[in-house]
Amino acid sequence: MPTEFLKVQGLGKTYPGAAEPVFDGVNFDIAEGEFVCIIGHSGCGKTTILNVLAGLETASEGHVFMDRREVAGPSLDRGVVFQGHALMPWLTVRGNIAFAVRSKWPGWSRAQVDAHVQKYVALVGLAAAIDKKPSQLSGGMKQRVGIARAFAIQPRMLLLDEPFGALDALTRGTIQDELLRICAETRQTVFMITHDVDEAILLADRILLMSNGPQARVAEIVKNTMPRERTRATLHHQPAYYPLRNHLVDFLVARSEGLSHGRAPATPVEVSPGAAADPEPRPTQTPSLRRIA
Amino acid sequence: MWHLATVGTAAPAAAPAATNLTPEQIEYLKLMGKDPAAEAGPVARSGFPTLAQMGQVMWQHLQSPFYDNGPNDKGLGLQLLHSLSRVALGYLLAAAVAIPLGFVIGMSPLLYRALDPFIQVLKPISPLAWMPLALYTIKDSSVSGIFVIFICSLWPMLINTAFGVASVRRDWLNVARTLEVSPLRRAFEVILPAAAPTILTGMRISMGIAWLVIVAAEMLVGGTGIGYFVWNEWNNLSLPNVIVAILVIGVVGMALDLMFARLQKAVTYAD
Repeated sequence: MPTEFLKVQGLGKTYPGAAEPVFDGVNFDIAEGEFVCIIGHSGCGKTTILNVLAGLETASEGHVFMDRREVAGPSLDRGVVFQGHALMPWLTVRGNIAFAVRSKWPGWSRAQVDAHVQKYVALVGLAAAIDKKPSQLSGGMKQRVGIARAFAIQPRMLLLDEPFGALDALTRGTIQDELLRICAETRQTVFMITHDVDEAILLADRILLMSNGPQARVAEIVKNTMPRERTRATLHHQPAYYPLRNHLVDFLVARSEGLSHGRAPATPVEVSPGAAADPEPRPTQTPSLRRIA
Repeated sequence: MWHLATVGTAAPAAAPAATNLTPEQIEYLKLMGKDPAAEAGPVARSGFPTLAQMGQVMWQHLQSPFYDNGPNDKGLGLQLLHSLSRVALGYLLAAAVAIPLGFVIGMSPLLYRALDPFIQVLKPISPLAWMPLALYTIKDSSVSGIFVIFICSLWPMLINTAFGVASVRRDWLNVARTLEVSPLRRAFEVILPAAAPTILTGMRISMGIAWLVIVAAEMLVGGTGIGYFVWNEWNNLSLPNVIVAILVIGVVGMALDLMFARLQKAVTYAD
């Protein structure tokens, strides 16, 4: 296990006027270069956790540390890809990415900025559309620009808030492959929210499972036992695929609801369904969970 | 239609009436401005100018728009320039106050709530209601006119700027925050372009109102300007001149609005 890079300790958020916190006692770590997905039902506070990591929102309790420093506000160290692409419609693709690049390196010359922008636009395969406005792009292309913008500032960590939620399945697949390739090339640390179990299996090294709110928690951390060189085409032929997928779906369908109101353990158990050492999809070391479910 | 309405109303009925009058009565009528001989003439008009007269007057104005024969006889173009310069000055002053202030109000919900009642009370006041106060304090009719333009252009610009700035999408602000963009850069590179269409709508409304108000204001303060020209020609009972002035006011107003429509189109973005 590499040294921990991001550490989340006892994170909780209570919105004003609410009786119970949306989530509390959220604990997890992310290692450098790791791709972590978080799955949970709507309303369990995934986006809030991501916003806290980004520094856009403050938690009611708990702390987030990145590289042993507390996260106290937004920073160029953490790039964010927003759910709704959040491109500025009055700027072209070039302008949108240049805006980010100039924020990171204010001293750069125009030519330097432009070269950098072109490199990242090419990375997401949009070189032909570089001078188009967002309104002239399809949903998938817009989201690619969003990803290029986040990568262009070379953040130490990338936060993705359901980036493919609004895309059709085919487009989503292509961009997932692209994201996988870029992350493999750059060894990027990524924290991503998703609703799609297959997406999580394809992309993530570890998958955080959140129980339902209120008082949601990260109930389980599922290790992806499949080798990292995965492709969409061959993924479902791997022996570990179905145990892993079943485990995730079981959790979301059957168990997550029973773990609301803080009934999930504060320290999530780590399981690796489908691994050779643990052929059982259900973890044996968590009898308490099964009883509740 | 105009031609028919103004030309074809010969009134021979008045002619026999004139013959029955004694010379004293005719003299009296002449003194009262109702010359029976003129009324009984072959082209008894309704007093409203014919199209031919209109054309003639229009042609005169177009030929020499900038002559100046003393305070009560200036060219139409010269009067127009006076009005336009007043509008421009008052309007620019208003923009210089309203846009920065609107920015601040739009960015701070607290300030928005604090100032909103005052704005709501001040906004519906007819700008001409400020005129006596302006004349008393400024003691200069021309500057008072500019002040009235200022006060009437202020509100639409202020409210639209504040609204535009307040409703900039959260996402774009969050992008700016995660990129650690400085407040100044955020204001000019994110909020300004995002709110520009709304701000320009306010500016367009303000310009429309300013052009409406300048005519009324100049009628009140007098001296120069297209509004004064209209009033002066009314006092001269020169309807052709009044109608020409009305047309010119309309055309200039349209040109101003078109100018802002262009600007608006330039800053509008498709989402």
